[in-house]
Amino acid sequence: MIDPHLQHVPRLGRHPSRWRLAGVPVITVMLGSATTALPVIAQSPVMPPFGLLLLLSWRLLRPELWRTWIGLPLGLFDDLMSGQPIGSAMFLWTVMLIGIDAVEHRMVWRSYRQDWLIASVGIIFCIAGGVLFARITGGGGVTLKLVVPQMLWTILLFPFVVRQCARVDRWRVMA
Amino acid sequence: MARPPSRRPGHNRKAQYSLFASYVVAMTGAAVGLLLVGVAMFDPTGFAAIRVATAEVTRPASVTMKNMVSGVSSIDEVLAAYWRAGSQNVGLRRQVEADRNRIIEAKAVAQENARLKKLLKLVDEDSSDLLTARLIASSSSSSRRLARLNAGRWQGVRPGMPVRAPEGLIGRIHITTPNTAEVLLLTDTSNIVPVRRANDSVPAISTGLGDGTVEIRALAAGRNPFKPGDLLVTSGIGGIYQPNIPVAVVVRVAGEIAYGVPLANPSKVDAVVVERSFEEVVTRPDPSAQAGVIGPEAGNAAVSSPGP
Repeated sequence: MIDPHLQHVPRLGRHPSRWRLAGVPVITVMLGSATTALPVIAQSPVMPPFGLLLLLSWRLLRPELWRTWIGLPLGLFDDLMSGQPIGSAMFLWTVMLIGIDAVEHRMVWRSYRQDWLIASVGIIFCIAGGVLFARITGGGGVTLKLVVPQMLWTILLFPFVVRQCARVDRWRVMA
Repeated sequence: MARPPSRRPGHNRKAQYSLFASYVVAMTGAAVGLLLVGVAMFDPTGFAAIRVATAEVTRPASVTMKNMVSGVSSIDEVLAAYWRAGSQNVGLRRQVEADRNRIIEAKAVAQENARLKKLLKLVDEDSSDLLTARLIASSSSSSRRLARLNAGRWQGVRPGMPVRAPEGLIGRIHITTPNTAEVLLLTDTSNIVPVRRANDSVPAISTGLGDGTVEIRALAAGRNPFKPGDLLVTSGIGGIYQPNIPVAVVVRVAGEIAYGVPLANPSKVDAVVVERSFEEVVTRPDPSAQAGVIGPEAGNAAVSSPGP
């Protein structure tokens, strides 16, 4: 074998279990949301929202995988983990997914760069919306300036996350 | 690359309805999410009960990881200690020799002190400390600054209790679940702490900025009395925090506002102490504790401002 990753080939007539096909994407996004359980006591919003990054990666890699309502349960879980007011990611993620659906069939040509652009807009929308919600629900004077670094490296991290997502996806669809 | 295949399902009625229904569900759900945020505007801790499950489930994982990585945050100090370890070792050994005698003396003094106090029938007991616990996780991706404490309602932690470390104030309890509690850190943008300058009691208010620093505004009108290097301690006003807990040190002054850095860094402190609310200690002391002794003492401390 030239590429060691190709050693695991699907056997003829075998299919991955339904649980693996449907469960793996959901579980990876939930694990991404659960990175806030790491024992890091952050002094400023430094950690990129991995749940959001993974959701975007799966959505852009596999447009047929989920309907837009998947943003509701995954967003609720993210809200429970992240410390944002409950309903914040539920709303933002679902609206973002509907937005991606609306944009998708207006674009004639798509490549990796367009995906990154869509993801960047989604990330900026979700983080800025999160700040707005934190602000109106008793967060005091949170300014947008505070999350600019977080936005920046979340956008820069997207290509890496989408690669890892594709790697998991290859394992997912092979029996 | 051409665009991905359209999600429009052609002439299949069933598929069309299914797609339409999925959008209806998503829109309704988004509206519900917005409604929940609206509720949180008026009652920020209203849905705390829903967080119980996740907080309790992730607690063991966070505690285990905390035990494994304890000390990673101070790795720079460890590396610095290796530098010139030899000469430091000799110096420290000499100091230990010198200190040993003093420790023995101090023990004798403490013993004598206890004996004399017994003679005077003074009981020096402070009932404000509730328990000691560790911070195990935090809202590191959110713009709010909340940390999770490894102790909760079953251990007696209640919302509003102040949390402090030996170095200074950490914050106060925001939400409690059976075994964990969320601490609103001093640097959160909604955490307002009444403070005073340590040496001359100039009153001020400290508000978090969300980026690890706090904003300090003097209560008195006129020019900004603060200058870099001023030490701020809690004033005890408001009834939550005990007076004289170190809060922050002023590092920069810009017009009316002074910027300070908290003295206790929540990512470096090993354990934090949860205290009873100051007001509770003063007005509603625990019946088992000696109410007569604590009440008047703490009350006087709040009324009389300590001299320079």
